[in-house]
Amino acid sequence: MNTSKNSYVIIYMIVIVVIVSLLLSITSGVLHSRQADNVRLDTKKQILMSLSTFGNDQENKIYTDDDAAASYEKFIVGYQMLDVEGNVVDTLRPVEDFDVKADEGKYPLYIAEVDGATKYIIPLKGAGLWGAIRAYLALDEDRNTIYGVYFGHDGETPGLGANIVLPRFRAQFVGKHILRDGVFASIAVEKKGNTAEGKDQVDAVSGGTITSKGVEAMFLSSLSNYAKWLTAPAIIKEGAADASLNAILSDMAVGDSAAVETTDVELNEGGNK
Amino acid sequence: MAEKKVNPFLEPLNRNNPIAMQVLGICSALAVTVEMKPAIIMGLSVTIIVALSNVVISLIRNTIPNSVRIIVQLVVVAALVTVVSEFLKAFVYDVSVQLSVYIGLIITNCILMGRLEAYAMQNKPWDSFLDGLGNGCGYAIILIIVSFFRELLGSGSLLGCKVIPETWFVDNGGCYMNNGLMMMPSMALILVACVIWVHRSINKDIE
Repeated sequence: MNTSKNSYVIIYMIVIVVIVSLLLSITSGVLHSRQADNVRLDTKKQILMSLSTFGNDQENKIYTDDDAAASYEKFIVGYQMLDVEGNVVDTLRPVEDFDVKADEGKYPLYIAEVDGATKYIIPLKGAGLWGAIRAYLALDEDRNTIYGVYFGHDGETPGLGANIVLPRFRAQFVGKHILRDGVFASIAVEKKGNTAEGKDQVDAVSGGTITSKGVEAMFLSSLSNYAKWLTAPAIIKEGAADASLNAILSDMAVGDSAAVETTDVELNEGGNK
Repeated sequence: MAEKKVNPFLEPLNRNNPIAMQVLGICSALAVTVEMKPAIIMGLSVTIIVALSNVVISLIRNTIPNSVRIIVQLVVVAALVTVVSEFLKAFVYDVSVQLSVYIGLIITNCILMGRLEAYAMQNKPWDSFLDGLGNGCGYAIILIIVSFFRELLGSGSLLGCKVIPETWFVDNGGCYMNNGLMMMPSMALILVACVIWVHRSINKDIE
């Protein structure tokens, strides 16, 4: 067979390309729903990871891999969209509306209940050295103190920038404040020994300077969209009635989590207006 | 060489090692050897992909038009890598997240094109399969050796577990410090050179 004739080459390439594209589209079609489920479950895990506590540099997750979906249902009681003014524009159901993505000008907020205390989880997005980095930041009810944080990345250098995912880096954020004197200040990620002015700081990962700076920039840029909302809780705190309402809420959390969800949402809306 | 018939599996493990002898796949050897775990996963993935693509190319080797053979090889490799990565995403999502960019990097690994061009185009499928396995393993061995030293001396750990006691470190009053140079790609190059040096001095007859 003469394999160097032009017609043969062209037909050969067309056949190869058709076979390969069929193979790829079938594979992708068959596996797509499975992959989407995996991605959804993984996102839930990431959200839950922000609620981890760190004892002795060891991460204590609030879920095991098998029951991440169940833990998500148990701990995440609210899912809202905020606008830049800090008002709640959409109140969504955390499980059924999980796939709802934030439109332009809307900022998602997850509300969690851990041991009767309300935690707010804010998704952050930014850029590292090689690609995107992201985080879920869990805040205490005062919308100021960091309760926990999760970091994810697409392809930071293993052993260097990729170390932002390790408990020893994440644990540094716990207890830090993102407000300074009631004003949004963010968190600085500084080389060991340097001191940041006017904000709380954590140590950068060694050998991962650009990734560390990316984390700092991500906190600043993503959180600034929530600045109005972050500084709002002073209004809630003022009313003593609200304090007693919180006590009732935490009592109800034991009994009926669905009821807590709706009341909790109303409370926040009231506080912001 | 004296031997006429060489073992296609054992040969690339030692005497014809893809990194030490053929000097292929150096780029990824520099990129993924900071820690042992990604190095092992990368070695494993490359082994599987080289073996499979060698078989496929060897099966169709007589039909491939000479003028477009590189493109055909590239299409086969890219298709295999994509299929493998889709399967990983569907069934072992955690692993695929961990591999992230490495899976894509396999397409550009010179060992693949090198073996397809140099071996699979001339040999039968079974021999090509063994050749792929051998080259993949030969590559993995070097990656593991290099990453062993880089992780041990660079971060004081092996496979993510700390092996150097915390009390030895300067921060905790000891007199030991991790070697930051080990984390840099240039050090991987120096280590690969050392491996080649040792390899050549053991196999004096090679040159």
